[in-house]
Amino acid sequence: MEVKDANSALLSNYEVFQLLTDLKEQRKESGKNKHSSGQQNLNTITYETLKYISKTPCRHQSPEIVREFLTAMKSHKLTKAEKLQLLNHRPMTAVEIQLLQMVEESEERLTEEQIEALLHTVTSILPAGPEAEPKRNPDAATGDDEDAA
Amino acid sequence: MFVLVEMVDTVRIPPWQFERKLNDSIAEELNKKLANKVVYNVGLCICLFDITKLEDAYVFPGDGASHTKVHFRYVVFHPFLDEILIGKIKGCSPEGVHVSLGFFDDILIPPESLQQPAKFDEAEQVWVWEYETEEGAHDLYMDTGEEIRFRVVDESFVDTSPTGPSSAEATSSSEELPKKEAPYTLVGSISEPGLGLLSWWTS
Repeated sequence: MEVKDANSALLSNYEVFQLLTDLKEQRKESGKNKHSSGQQNLNTITYETLKYISKTPCRHQSPEIVREFLTAMKSHKLTKAEKLQLLNHRPMTAVEIQLLQMVEESEERLTEEQIEALLHTVTSILPAGPEAEPKRNPDAATGDDEDAA
Repeated sequence: MFVLVEMVDTVRIPPWQFERKLNDSIAEELNKKLANKVVYNVGLCICLFDITKLEDAYVFPGDGASHTKVHFRYVVFHPFLDEILIGKIKGCSPEGVHVSLGFFDDILIPPESLQQPAKFDEAEQVWVWEYETEEGAHDLYMDTGEEIRFRVVDESFVDTSPTGPSSAEATSSSEELPKKEAPYTLVGSISEPGLGLLSWWTS
């Protein structure tokens, strides 16, 4: 086996979530798991990864939301890795955004108001996770401060 | 967190599977070979993304199965350096805090990368962050099962392929218990504002 390119593309958590859900549907449809002994590894890893990603805010995203988010981010001049992390984590405070900055001098790169603007874009475009506090849409979240089960 | 890796491999399809569509058989074989396995210097393979190219399938003399060279892309877990991840604390030991992501367990946060000052509570076998404010010191415990946000600072791949028989003669058979080394480990750090247990930073 040969690895041609170990880093050909970065995947967002949402893409992996969609891929794994589609895979699960396909395997359920194909009926009997006669290869269950050989497929055990695949079953384990898809189950665990799906469980992990379902607890992140990514499960409520859709391709349109991601596209909208990326166009809105163009004005902020962020690196690819930073945009990916914003998409995956959906930070809600300025501290979290500072954390996700890849460049060393993050305080110089983003002023206070830029961070505020960034926060606003993130919270308004990306849907909240199940445990988020409802800020603008009271019907988006079910409750407040419940630990992600 | 996840990357797409392009790989090439020769897949062997046994004759009793010839009635199935070639693409399906190949996808199944590739998943059987790579899912939930660590590839050296690449990462933890999750599942097949797509097949980009199928070359001609050959049948060799003496073996009734077909061999096909396949170019494909695989979804691999390989966080980049300095990436922020959220995991669950699996346990604490004098070596540090062990964190798990559910599908990946070998993440360690060594004592020097914890929020300082930190001490290890021997009685409860748990690491504690002694947070000082004007009112006094708060002891913040890092309990098992808590969600923790950390930064990936280092990764290490160990080649766990079996060694030849010559090394077995040096050690006696009673000590021959092979140390199970994890093929892929991550080293994390929480020594920055915003990192650590999620409950520490939600106001």
